[in-house]
Amino acid sequence: MSRRRLRKEPFNLIISGVGGQGNVLLSAFVGAALLNEGFMVSVADTFGVSQRGGSVTSHIKISKKTLYSSVTLDGKADVILGMEPVETLRALGEFGNPHVVVIVNPRPIYPSGGATYPDLDKVKRAITKLSSKTKFVNATEEALKMGNPIYTNIILLGSLVGANVLPITKETMMPILKERFPGKLLEENIKAFGKGMELIAKA
Amino acid sequence: MASIAMNKPGATVLLMGNEAVARGAIEAGIGVAAAYPGSPSSEVLTTIAGVAKQMKIHAEWSVNEKVAMEVAGGASFAGIRSFCAMKQNGANVAADFLVNANMTGVGDAGMVVFISDDPGGMTSNNEEDSRTITKWLDNPLLEPSSAQEAKEMIKWAYEVSEAVNLVTFVRGVTRISYTKSNVMLGELPEKKEKKAFFPDLWDMYNPKKSKFTSGPFPIFHKPLHEKLEKAREIFERSTFNQYMGPEHPELLIITCGACTSYCTEAVDELKAGERVGILKLGTTWPLPEKLVAKHLSTTKTVLFVEEIDPFVERNVMELAASLLPATCDLTFYGKRSGHLAPYNEQSTNLVIDALVDILGTTYQARDLTYDEEAKKAIQIVPDRPINMCAGCPHRATFWAVKKALQLDGRKGFVCGDIGCYAMGFTAPGFFQSRTMHAMGSGAGVANGLGNLRQFGFDQPVIAMTGDSTFYHAVLPALVNGVYNNSSFILLILDNSATAMTGFQPHPGTGLLATGDPAKVVDMEAVCRAMGADVRVCDPFDLEDTTKALLSMIKKDGGTRVIIMRHMCQLVKARRKITNKYRMHVDKERCLGDTCGCDNLCTRILGCPGLMVDREISKAAIDEALCVGCGLCADICPSSAIIREEAI
Repeated sequence: MSRRRLRKEPFNLIISGVGGQGNVLLSAFVGAALLNEGFMVSVADTFGVSQRGGSVTSHIKISKKTLYSSVTLDGKADVILGMEPVETLRALGEFGNPHVVVIVNPRPIYPSGGATYPDLDKVKRAITKLSSKTKFVNATEEALKMGNPIYTNIILLGSLVGANVLPITKETMMPILKERFPGKLLEENIKAFGKGMELIAKA
Repeated sequence: MASIAMNKPGATVLLMGNEAVARGAIEAGIGVAAAYPGSPSSEVLTTIAGVAKQMKIHAEWSVNEKVAMEVAGGASFAGIRSFCAMKQNGANVAADFLVNANMTGVGDAGMVVFISDDPGGMTSNNEEDSRTITKWLDNPLLEPSSAQEAKEMIKWAYEVSEAVNLVTFVRGVTRISYTKSNVMLGELPEKKEKKAFFPDLWDMYNPKKSKFTSGPFPIFHKPLHEKLEKAREIFERSTFNQYMGPEHPELLIITCGACTSYCTEAVDELKAGERVGILKLGTTWPLPEKLVAKHLSTTKTVLFVEEIDPFVERNVMELAASLLPATCDLTFYGKRSGHLAPYNEQSTNLVIDALVDILGTTYQARDLTYDEEAKKAIQIVPDRPINMCAGCPHRATFWAVKKALQLDGRKGFVCGDIGCYAMGFTAPGFFQSRTMHAMGSGAGVANGLGNLRQFGFDQPVIAMTGDSTFYHAVLPALVNGVYNNSSFILLILDNSATAMTGFQPHPGTGLLATGDPAKVVDMEAVCRAMGADVRVCDPFDLEDTTKALLSMIKKDGGTRVIIMRHMCQLVKARRKITNKYRMHVDKERCLGDTCGCDNLCTRILGCPGLMVDREISKAAIDEALCVGCGLCADICPSSAIIREEAI
């Protein structure tokens, strides 16, 4: 059992985004880190058809004593990591509450077929209204600066760990990144992770 | 993947339910595993195949679930423990083998089948409950409530299979298959060489001596029911059936599988632990009647919680009827009473709602003012329809189909099938598909439509199939079309993978499940040998493809085949194959909202890599998503989308 403190039983993390953004990899990393810290953890991702550009949500339930069901109860999220703004708002609508902490990448991904996307400032305002503890992290922007949008999710992982809301640290995360990424990719991903930590410290 | 073959009993690892199932089969010492990919079950065989050589297992992607079941059957007959995995639809395909095999049973080595159902149809086009199939087949059935239990149950299922000489089923659901959680590993079997041998046992009139072939069916059918009774006796003592709660609960919940944790969570959330007891059944068919009867006698009120059909609910109510008048005071709640629905996925919140009503209590998930604000705030959240990926060759194929059918002008349409191209009946496929049923049904239905000429039918019919589906179930329909001279065009969307379920290889790819090279079953040669008129196109050569399609459509009569060959964009990305174009929009040429095209690229073509630059109301390329396939350049009427050769 973990020696680290858990603020609530179970502690519920939600990662929301759009299929293709890499939420499955992200939730697997977080899950592996929590397991290594001695927690009981269940990680439920959206699979199948929705992976193709649909709205996707990963539910991560953390406990010191038991395994809970896969999906977060309505209104019971403790942290929402939003990879995309309207998806963050969607998750808040269902799982938000006055205490929820939100970390959000404000870069929109527009729905296909010309569906209207609301005004971004309006979305950001709605998010901040539903969570006074909202932090914006320009992850896609930073990833593009690094030369590839693929780093967006690892930057966000850095921000999530750097926000000190979960019982995991950079030290827990590093061996997991090392196991997953070979050679030069590891270097780039560690850089992305560090960038995320830096961004959240400033946010 | 490495942890799957790790010989560290007692170590805890994070495993997806499907991986835990695979580990369970490996710990049980299987020698053969066969499956056809189908979400939510696909990762089971992928996982086994990844360590197959190391663990001395023959693991294969069979062409369909029936063959997979037969492959496993053959192994079991020769004394090798065998395993099969499939999604709920697969059980339909495979059932015909089992209904016959059950007349005699398995060999000395057990055979276990894992079926993962999909409540809510999250990765399916139905939400069938496969447990009913198990019941009519007369096979024992187990339902795990977690990844850990799935692993243990698979192992135990071999003991059951060997004790009663029947194939034993383990039923998962999407949440069990796809949830990753802590799993404690067990021991790996000792490596001992086992020689496979097919014993020559056949006596037409004696089921005890005839192991693999049945004689007169009533003689052979009787022992099947005796085996099932034996399974029931075993199940009465199973520790997979557990009760949690007071001795005489005000309400008894009877549940199974993934719903178990919904029930415990709901009872916790309502702090109703002193009023409510939970009987969790791990063995759901045949029903452990004595155990259930004992618990029915402790209460007056029962609530059933289970995924999809009221399977346990009906079986328990049938038992209760047989126990009358002892059970006459019982009130039953569940799907029949309308407290839960016999469709869509269950959840802790749905169980809470049912309990609130039955117990007459209250529950508030979050602050009411917040709740109102949250509900108001999400009104601006747009729907996010699913889409084909940026660079998907299917988008090009559907564009060509739409164009060719329009040019032909006889109201032609597509009979769709199962795979990513199932999106053909929605916006990403430009609403071209009009039917979608089982694997291979597009070609089958087209066979029927293509022989209606004498009834005045002259609409062109295009049957669509993917490459993997082609080998799975389209081959017989193609033979049928050629033989019966049915008039339709079969489009085979050959993207070099079973893309929708995770890029598994198939007979056309030249790869085995283990990654080793395989003989290629050449689909073009197969179609020609069958006597069909065959052409091959690259859908990204949009103009040529459209012309080829139109000429095939005009050639009325007979079964014609076009193979649309282009690798799945996600497979390209995995193999680090980049497309040759870098796309940009010429802002001068793009007329935006003033162009008569009505946003053809962003609104109709709908590639995720295209967006509207809102400041100037003109098309733009989303650099984070565009992969440079170049398709949009071909459809822009103002030639404003430019492809530059990037490599």
